[in-house]
Amino acid sequence: MSDLISPRRRRLILGLGAGAGSLLLGGCDRLSNLPQTQGVLSSAQWWTRAVQDALVSRDAVAPEFSRADIAPVFRANGTTHPDNPGYQALARDGFRDWRLRVDGLVESPQSFSLDALRAMPAQTQITRHDCVEGWSCIGQWTGPLLRDVLARVVPKPSARYVMFFCADPMDEGSDYYYESIDMRTAVHPQTLLAYALNGETLPMAYGAPLRLRLGLQLGYKMAKYLMHVQLVSSYRPFGHGNGGYWEDQGYTWYAGI
Amino acid sequence: MDPMRSFSEALARLKARRSHLVFTRRHSLVVRILHWVNFITLTVMLMSGLQIFNAHPALYWGASSNFSRPVLSMYAMQDNRGHVEGVTSVGTHAFDTSGLFGWSKGGGGQFTERGFPRWATLPGDQWLAMGRLWHLFFAWILVANGVAYVIFGFLSGHLRRDLWMTRTDWRRLGHTFLEHVKLRFPKGEEARRYNGLQKLAYLLIIFGVAPVIVLTGLTMSPTMDAGFPWLLWVFHGRQSARTIHFICAMTLLAFFLVHIAMVVLSGLWNNVRSMITGRYAIEVTSPTTMESQHE
Repeated sequence: MSDLISPRRRRLILGLGAGAGSLLLGGCDRLSNLPQTQGVLSSAQWWTRAVQDALVSRDAVAPEFSRADIAPVFRANGTTHPDNPGYQALARDGFRDWRLRVDGLVESPQSFSLDALRAMPAQTQITRHDCVEGWSCIGQWTGPLLRDVLARVVPKPSARYVMFFCADPMDEGSDYYYESIDMRTAVHPQTLLAYALNGETLPMAYGAPLRLRLGLQLGYKMAKYLMHVQLVSSYRPFGHGNGGYWEDQGYTWYAGI
Repeated sequence: MDPMRSFSEALARLKARRSHLVFTRRHSLVVRILHWVNFITLTVMLMSGLQIFNAHPALYWGASSNFSRPVLSMYAMQDNRGHVEGVTSVGTHAFDTSGLFGWSKGGGGQFTERGFPRWATLPGDQWLAMGRLWHLFFAWILVANGVAYVIFGFLSGHLRRDLWMTRTDWRRLGHTFLEHVKLRFPKGEEARRYNGLQKLAYLLIIFGVAPVIVLTGLTMSPTMDAGFPWLLWVFHGRQSARTIHFICAMTLLAFFLVHIAMVVLSGLWNNVRSMITGRYAIEVTSPTTMESQHE
């Protein structure tokens, strides 16, 4: 039946097919290294964020679990022992001299001691922690809601993002870990500044003395070793301008998926 | 023997054979376009998915990861003589999969610990951020393409006419299966339509595996879990959803391999042409030269 089409045309079409196939497979690797490709592919996060923001209400909460579900070994990821003498000195002292500075686009900037944060109304939640690598661990987190802390400093209307600056140096110590979230996430009813894990003072491997805990995003957004919180109108001026340490390495800023 | 005579005889035979061929329009333009978009998209999704899997090459059952009891895991193990082998463990069984899963050649040609091998992932090297960019961009194309297909399929009657199982299809399913096993494919008028086995395979993929792979993908999103907690109930937790997502991907891969095998065995050129130009040749017993417009 194939004799109705000239072998040359047949070869051409099959050749085009095979060429397109190998171009697709071999080319995708080369495409991955182009900033343009990364830019186009990365833009899908804003569409994903818009759709998820529209589908999921502002105060929809992550499911909570029972004490029996708590992971026997909660995996500690990223930095587990910050290579920072100043931080280690604070740790030796049980973080007595540690202060969380909260400033930026706020009416009254303040510094909070650990005791001051512990004196605030706290939330205890047993929630699932999802790592971008694919695994999940369930743990019990305790700490004040970020929105209660922000209420003390009174954000200005121009504040659009909350920046978190951390004590753990990355890549030979030139950059420190940092992250950013939008105001919608900041005032979410499960967004905590956690000082305890599973009923115990937050261990160093999990971000002592204070870490961010989000209900609706992946682990890399939940900055550990918090030192400084700053409300800003844009995260562009910080780091390499992508809103966080991992974002600067190519991970998406929106980590709800 | 007169060479001219034998040549004209051969020509006559050829003409006779030709007259037994009817062309039918098998695939509409819309289906052809959606098919190739789907092919490219699924290839990117599978390979970038394996890249993402490689970031933590282990699967679990339930809400969270019980690291000591994975359902499946791939890793490298060194014996006491310093020899490294790739291991794939499924439940309590462990298999040596050196060179393929757990331990295979990296970019520099050196062996390295990785789940799926370099040639199967996008990008080839370990690069989770880029794998996620490919995966979560093409996921939208996959869904858009799938929705377009189902809408078109219903409106045009393609699903009802070409894919819906008739009573005859069900009755003859066992027979059709045996014929396929013997690699005897429908001929003539029979080949005008999809057979029952074919319809069933496509229907299971389109209305079974495809929705499940999308929903389990969404179940891995912590934001979706907050908005639609029933997803966790349906799929037995986030880590189960990840495992089901992986099983669906492997099912699609198996479907693809069988699909390719069938395309080759039942007439590579005719099948490929019908998915590019829409024209599909059928051999009929009664000679006819009329171009059929059977749709």
